[in-house]
Amino acid sequence: MTLLAGCGAQEAMAPLDASAKLPPDPQRIAQGARLAALGNCMGCHTAPGGKPYAGGRGLETPFGTIYGTNITPDAETGIGGWSQAAFARAMREGLDNNGRHLYPAFPYDYFTRLTDDDLASLYAFLMAREPVKQENRASRVPIPRVAVALWNKLYLKKGPIEADPGKSGEWNRGAYLVRGLAHCGACHTPRDRLGGEIKQADFAGGEAEGWHAPALNADSPSPVPWTRDALHAYLRTGIAESHALTAGPMTGVVRDLKQVLDEDVRAIATYIASLDRRTPGERRKAADEAFANTKRDAADNARGRVVYEGACAQCHDRGRDAEGGALQLALASGLTIPTSRNLAHIILEGIEPREGERGPWMPAFAGSLGEQDLADLLAYLRSLTGRAPWKDTHEAQR
Amino acid sequence: MKRRGFLAAGGALVVGFALPLRAFAALPGDLEKTPLLDAWLRIGADGSITVFTGKAELGQGIKTALLQIAAEQLAVEPARIELVTADTARTPNEGYTAGSHSMQDSGTAILHACAQAREILIAEAARRFGLSSNDLSLQKGEIRTRDGRHVGYGELVSGQQLHVNAAPQSRLATRRSWMGKPVQRVDIPGKVTGAPSYVQDLRLPGMVHARVVRPPSYGARLASFDESAATRLPGVLKVVRDGSYLAVIAEREWTAIQAMRALKDSSRWEEPARLPARDVYSALLQLPAQESVIYQHGTPRGGRTVQAEYRRPYQLHGSIGPSCAVGLFKDDGLAVWTHSQGVYPLRDALAEMLGVPKERIRCIHMEGAGCYGHNAADDAGADAALLARAFPGRPVRVQWMREDEHAWEPFGPAMIARARATLAADGSIASWSYDVWSNTHSTRPGRAGDLAPALALAKPFTPPPPRPIPQPEGGGDRNAIPIYALPAARVAHHFIPQMPLRVSALRALGAYMNVFSIESFMDELAQAAHADPVAFRQRYLADARARDVVRIAALRFGWPAFKREPGRGRGFAFARYKNLAAYCAVAMEVHVECETGEVRLLRVVSAVDGGEAVNPDGIRNQIEGGILQSLSWTTLEAVAFDERRITSRDWGGYPILRFPHVPRSVEVEVVDRPGEPFLGIGEAAQGPTAAALANAIADATGHRIRELPLNRERIKASIGA
Amino acid sequence: MKLNVNGRDVEVAADPATPLLYVLRGELALNGAKFGCGLGQCGACTVLADGEPIFSCLTPLSVLQSRKIRTVEGLGTLQNPGPLQSAFIEEQAAQCGYCIPGMMMRAQALLEKAPGASEDEIRAHLSPSLCRCGTHMRILRAVARAMKAKA
Repeated sequence: MTLLAGCGAQEAMAPLDASAKLPPDPQRIAQGARLAALGNCMGCHTAPGGKPYAGGRGLETPFGTIYGTNITPDAETGIGGWSQAAFARAMREGLDNNGRHLYPAFPYDYFTRLTDDDLASLYAFLMAREPVKQENRASRVPIPRVAVALWNKLYLKKGPIEADPGKSGEWNRGAYLVRGLAHCGACHTPRDRLGGEIKQADFAGGEAEGWHAPALNADSPSPVPWTRDALHAYLRTGIAESHALTAGPMTGVVRDLKQVLDEDVRAIATYIASLDRRTPGERRKAADEAFANTKRDAADNARGRVVYEGACAQCHDRGRDAEGGALQLALASGLTIPTSRNLAHIILEGIEPREGERGPWMPAFAGSLGEQDLADLLAYLRSLTGRAPWKDTHEAQR
Repeated sequence: MKRRGFLAAGGALVVGFALPLRAFAALPGDLEKTPLLDAWLRIGADGSITVFTGKAELGQGIKTALLQIAAEQLAVEPARIELVTADTARTPNEGYTAGSHSMQDSGTAILHACAQAREILIAEAARRFGLSSNDLSLQKGEIRTRDGRHVGYGELVSGQQLHVNAAPQSRLATRRSWMGKPVQRVDIPGKVTGAPSYVQDLRLPGMVHARVVRPPSYGARLASFDESAATRLPGVLKVVRDGSYLAVIAEREWTAIQAMRALKDSSRWEEPARLPARDVYSALLQLPAQESVIYQHGTPRGGRTVQAEYRRPYQLHGSIGPSCAVGLFKDDGLAVWTHSQGVYPLRDALAEMLGVPKERIRCIHMEGAGCYGHNAADDAGADAALLARAFPGRPVRVQWMREDEHAWEPFGPAMIARARATLAADGSIASWSYDVWSNTHSTRPGRAGDLAPALALAKPFTPPPPRPIPQPEGGGDRNAIPIYALPAARVAHHFIPQMPLRVSALRALGAYMNVFSIESFMDELAQAAHADPVAFRQRYLADARARDVVRIAALRFGWPAFKREPGRGRGFAFARYKNLAAYCAVAMEVHVECETGEVRLLRVVSAVDGGEAVNPDGIRNQIEGGILQSLSWTTLEAVAFDERRITSRDWGGYPILRFPHVPRSVEVEVVDRPGEPFLGIGEAAQGPTAAALANAIADATGHRIRELPLNRERIKASIGA
Repeated sequence: MKLNVNGRDVEVAADPATPLLYVLRGELALNGAKFGCGLGQCGACTVLADGEPIFSCLTPLSVLQSRKIRTVEGLGTLQNPGPLQSAFIEEQAAQCGYCIPGMMMRAQALLEKAPGASEDEIRAHLSPSLCRCGTHMRILRAVARAMKAKA
């Protein structure tokens, strides 16, 4: 207990001296805008339909609902009174302006790796936002904030990551982004019961808001192994042939990446592609097996097949190259991951581009399909991959 | 059935008219083209009244307005009149239902024809009763004397009394019972209860269903296909192939779709790759252009120069219902039920395509989904004609798929405009110069080469050379001449004959772009002159009706009292459509979220003067619709394509405005001008809305965007981080 | 296949994978549901299945066996229009009208489930239905009018 108390008490930062404010530097602000997009800051710090960066979005975690905070420069309700040092401390140590612990749903265990320069740019960008007066919503987490100190002892490794001189500059840049600001592992790495990442299972597939975040390492469920180019296409356009279309929490990530320099997206793709350490031979073998096992049609579930023919085949049988056609499914990640949850989400909720924007569009089938219809359809689609049937085709809907 | 009887099937036998006798003086509206009274109006011995119009209901409410006019003149309830619309066997040839001409052309003709018929009825009754016509009154289809005697219209006009030449009428009944009233539309009850209302709903005995395998891109040649998977499906009746034209006919619609997909999957095409996907505006400017100076006035003087370039992308009509037609080939005659905007010109084109005398073809208009100009309606008519000929004896219904409607309809053309002006020291406009580059805005049929299916046949037709639509209406240069009284102005139209993408008339034609450009530029000039945008415009408006519309819109909007708040902006714009039809001003309030570039449309106020308002609610409905449609075009819409293909193939590839983003409120003030000629209002709002929005966004953000659409990305980019 | 449409049991000879739209229009000669895109993107084909709005162009008969289907024809008739139909007529909420029956069926679902819905809720609910004529303001008024009449 003394340990907890000792670590929990942190000093408040000196308030921002308004007279010490530097004039805004447009180049730094523009750089900060790109970094904020890379970190998908809006994803948590903007409520649906709310003012940008004013907080209020609820993030469901196994420990309760945590609300994104107001990070606009409003002096009372936002971070208007925070100095750059306070901002840097929050990003690197997870402490707010008063020295209070932030919940690690805010991924400071990633942001701790940011350079001073990037932190300065982000700070300049946020301080140039329109101040919005909006009180933060209290998070509903039945865990005292001081307990976070213990969590930090166990899981927070402060400081930058070391560059690997044996790898290319692009790879190292990718490592810095993926393990830093982009915080990819926050979803794609599994967590233990205390909500800490399981280090041995780096990028082995995790959870995000009720969706499965597929493995990015050698456990990747993609029948055709991902390549750097396929990842780049996916992150740039939201679509990679023979793999997937963005859905669920990844949609906002890809949308924000539109504002990011292509060289950074390429670096991310390069680094992530390197996580799959299988040899070229092994990868080729995996692809060959996947193609061999894939079925154009499967009679395993006759009822599911009828649903597919009436509801899905019109688009999905023809492939994306055909007018009005959609991704052919047998190779899609949604069918090959260990759970049917993602596919159920997609079928029930659909995939729609943001209103007014161009993008692939699949309607929601929630009203059309009953529980058994969906279970039949999921089972049928899974059987196309030649993999073992899912066991959660009924639970997936809840 | 005899050929003649077959062609006239479906109604009273009214086959053609005597050759029109040219009247010496110009006749009102389309009476000039069709001067015989009984071409427009028939009264049966039983008192039944039938009115004929060559115009078509497109969802704009023309049927209701025409019935109101006829009912007023004839002193009967509109419900007592049967209105027959565009049908080559029954109605006058009024060309296309387009260009906001229906009230001007057909409304005026029916107004005078029915007034003349009324005078004939009164004269005949006066003769029978031996009274002066002043002693007679009209009531509910009867003529009454003061002492209570009465005679029905049907008893008065038997035979040839209405088979006379039309003459302009001076005694026009106005504004007693029906004209000027917000009469409810006659078609809406059926549409909301599921009555057959569209050609898509037409079910004829023995009807079969067809689908066409549209080529994947312009100029694609069908190299090979395999029909075995399609013909294996039960109920497939025939696969039709003629050159690169490939289609399938089946008993049921779903079978036809499945068979079409099977054919498509098996087909291989040779596709050229020559679309200007990289920089469409530079590509257009590099094409040969014919320059014509359409307006020149005064001597340009120097001063402070302001100049700007504006751009508009290709845009879709985007009917919600893909085009459809039903054809029946029987006894050497062809009938086509179509939602074409011009049944007569379509008939001419079909006759050329099939090599059949046009007397053997009957085109009957039935409503389709709203078209907003020349969409694929005529092409679907051509499909129905080709497939009916290939499968004679049974009616063939063909409907387009969504992806084909998106890719193959003729788009509203991409355009570029450059404006340049000088401001004198006092901030007044000293000179004005305006150049606009555009393809044609009409490739409407009349010729087989205007029909997309005819281009794919083994013996293909070629599109006739495109021509600009001459002033004063204009095409690409529609509304290119500023309505403002300026000391010196020059306007040039650069007509680009070569069309990289298929284009034709989209609601308002070039006026959408020219009004967007001119009215954006007026705001830029007002800003340079430190003048209020509304007052700045009023300074140059000489026409009192124009001034009124501007004043009323500004007043109802509360222009001077507008409260400034961060992110909020107001915008104003005005135009008289074609400089000769309706006057329309639009004022708008928006909120721009600077962080995202997101625009919230708060309030739109419009004032419109379309002359005498026959149906004020109909006008309001059209202007509201024009405003919302233009907001959709202006905030979101651009056709996407790569080097080979149109890639906007569905609503995900071509987003349009949806409910959450429509304005909080839209108000339309109809300025009624009793006794004044009808002025077309159908397209009047498109241009002013676009410019009012551009001006409001510029007001909110301090940044002007000159390239359409004014979407989130562009607004965000203009603001910067 | 057995279906229950507008309160009537009907038997149709069609493959169970056939999307409902083609059976409504083809076999049952109902005009209300329209073909708009065949992709579930425009809402012109919307009907209700047990009160839920569905895209009939993408719903196979097989999943509708035990469900009650309702089309715009089930809301009233030309002679005796139902409350929502009357509201659309009163507000003159149509131009070409092609999208309207699908729009009305989506609105009917809200009318039954949340008759006190706010304008923002009505807008959000109608979002999947597209209108190209720009009749949105009138449609919103018509739905609000029907809600008021029901309250």
